[in-house]
Amino acid sequence: MNELILIKYGEIALKGLNKGSFEDILLRNIRWRMRDMGHFKLRKAQSTIYLEPSDCDTFDFEEAIDRLTKIFGIASISRALVVEKTLAAVLREVCAYLELQLSMVRTFKVETRRSDKQFPMKSPEISAEVGGEILSHFPGIKVDVHNPELIVNVEIRDFGAYIHAGSIAGAGGMPVSSSGKAMILISGGLDSPVAAYMMAKRGLALEAIHFVSPPYTSDRALQKVETLCEKLVPYTGSIKFHCVPFTEIQEAIKEHCPEELFTVIMRRLMMKIATTICKESDIKALVTGESLAQVASQTLDALYCTDNSTDLVVLRPLIGMDKTEIIKIAYQIDTYETSILPYEDCCTVFTPRHPRTKPKLYFVEKAESGFDFAPLLEQAVRDTVCKTITL
Amino acid sequence: MEIYLDNCATTRVCDEAVQACIKAMTLDYGNPSSLHKKGMEAEEILRETRRTAAGILGCDANLLTITGSATESNNLAILGAAAAYPRAGKTIVTTSVEHASVTNAVRHLAENGYNIRFVNPRSDGNFHPQDFLDAVDEDTFLLSMMMVNNEIGTILPWQTVIPALRKKYPKLLIHMDAVQGFAKYPLNVKRLDLDLLSLSGHKIYAPKGVGMLYCKKGIRLKPIVFGGGQENGLRSGTQAVQLAAGLTEAMRLCQQNRAAFETHYQMLNARLRDKIAGMDRIFINSPENGAPHLLNISVIGVPSEIMLHFLESKGIFVSSGSACSKGAKSEVLKAYGFPEERIRSALRISFSKDNTLEDIDLLSEALIEGAARFRRMTGA
Repeated sequence: MNELILIKYGEIALKGLNKGSFEDILLRNIRWRMRDMGHFKLRKAQSTIYLEPSDCDTFDFEEAIDRLTKIFGIASISRALVVEKTLAAVLREVCAYLELQLSMVRTFKVETRRSDKQFPMKSPEISAEVGGEILSHFPGIKVDVHNPELIVNVEIRDFGAYIHAGSIAGAGGMPVSSSGKAMILISGGLDSPVAAYMMAKRGLALEAIHFVSPPYTSDRALQKVETLCEKLVPYTGSIKFHCVPFTEIQEAIKEHCPEELFTVIMRRLMMKIATTICKESDIKALVTGESLAQVASQTLDALYCTDNSTDLVVLRPLIGMDKTEIIKIAYQIDTYETSILPYEDCCTVFTPRHPRTKPKLYFVEKAESGFDFAPLLEQAVRDTVCKTITL
Repeated sequence: MEIYLDNCATTRVCDEAVQACIKAMTLDYGNPSSLHKKGMEAEEILRETRRTAAGILGCDANLLTITGSATESNNLAILGAAAAYPRAGKTIVTTSVEHASVTNAVRHLAENGYNIRFVNPRSDGNFHPQDFLDAVDEDTFLLSMMMVNNEIGTILPWQTVIPALRKKYPKLLIHMDAVQGFAKYPLNVKRLDLDLLSLSGHKIYAPKGVGMLYCKKGIRLKPIVFGGGQENGLRSGTQAVQLAAGLTEAMRLCQQNRAAFETHYQMLNARLRDKIAGMDRIFINSPENGAPHLLNISVIGVPSEIMLHFLESKGIFVSSGSACSKGAKSEVLKAYGFPEERIRSALRISFSKDNTLEDIDLLSEALIEGAARFRRMTGA
């Protein structure tokens, strides 16, 4: 029995002259994710990628499909039987291949797509023939064209005919790195991993930056953030992880700036450090998990002050989302349980009792100018530790 | 420099135990259930473990089951007894300061129709025997109380509670989680007339992964793990002979030096109390008459985790409550009625036979330094 996986892409198919390069990126991403899955061939035709294992008996289709559902740029995935491109071959194989599925339902219909217009029969004729064949083998079931329990798919394509019992939805979006690269500011809370996921979905490759303040934060908190990155890698690909020592800067803010401006100044200095590191490798955007009005540092006035500290594009994919919506995605990508572990992170320790919710840029800049942060920022960039988080 | 002051979480395995483990893994490596000589030698190691524990507890060695941890012992005692006595009463009395392995085991029974009554410490931080007598009634089938509290070191009033309850309710099952007291302080299960007692190896210089359960003659238990019927059917699974060998040596060490070790803990404890008495807004949460091998303190204004990591940066290891809860706020300190600022800043310092007065002095200096630095930051 000769099976393969049909991988169909959505949005890329609509692109114009860039389509070819997007396809190549998607192929590269699939190949990377499947690199330890044994020998297989990938080929593309008609907005579909054909993943053909060399040995179908040993290939782990379920694992492969699970991995594919996490690769952005894919609209749907089907495991299908390959048959010779003749009606006789389709009729000969269809009942045996889908025996299990057909024996568990009461109604079905056949859907045929004929992208090879050279094939002598039209789609409805093929469907009728296949439907008849199935009815003669499974007398207990009926055809229901409106609301069938099972759809038997027959696809007549360039390289052959394919039979399958429907497809699984892919992750959608654009292939990672087709839109360039950005830096996610990741804290260990619920929001930033979800923000990373959402921007990866739009085709961004990611590096991550995390600020540590020992002893205010622990190795366990750092470990937690690394675990979150590991959980993101199936979606985002490898993540270059920058760990910035931040203790002295936080202590300096605490000592030299007004308490109510602590958070906004801290956010600005984090953005400045991130910007410096981005410029070293030509990264043009920062990604944050901010959601408008969620906390004091995420009001419009606070975001205005924060944005003023960088000239990079600041992407905030969660800006219009409620916490419940964010949590839903966190569950879906399996970061929720890790995010809620109770270790101190650098944002919680110094939190002022009454943060200014409408900070004015003029006062913030004036407060910052009371102390020369530049040497500390340079030092932090120099002492940043880098590692690659991958599978 | 490494100053390890988290000995209630676990201890460094003593050299004698390490040697015994190695020997059991490389020479006496047989399966204790095997019929041949190799098997008999391994079985003898387990017998020796039971005999040694029996010597400390004052009981018959055959009444001891070797388990994988005190958590397992607690579960076997509580769930096993409930399963063995389905027609007994449906009320369980325990305290609000037990280890999670007791609390969650009784909670599991609560889901299956048992009533759970928790005895709380009074506002003075002490448990009063009368509260236990009031909590137990005719429907109570089990009392589970710990010997020494693992977070602040309170010695629970089992010495008066148990005889009083025995007299009034002869059928009541009494279980003690003795993890924090076993082999450190005198305890005789026969004289006290305990039905069930759990103990752990790794708090007394034995390796992790071995515990024991004492079960009085005539008390029935149903197993919670099924298999080859080892340990008289109570705990299936090939016994960890090498860990048992280590436990034997550790118990011997603690038994031979019991009084000396206790004096040593008292000396360290007194030194730390003395130092803290002179410090600004550092309070002792442990009672005056608590177990000497630990001291729970609060550095007001400095969250536990921050001080813990600051001390860690100086090579000093302490705990922010019980290690088993990994950073979660202490339910036990809440039960003792401490105010929020004391709970948030609580640290548990626990001593071993190897700690020195110099360790305590270095800890004290670090506490003063940390308190000054972090109070400035948190504005306390």
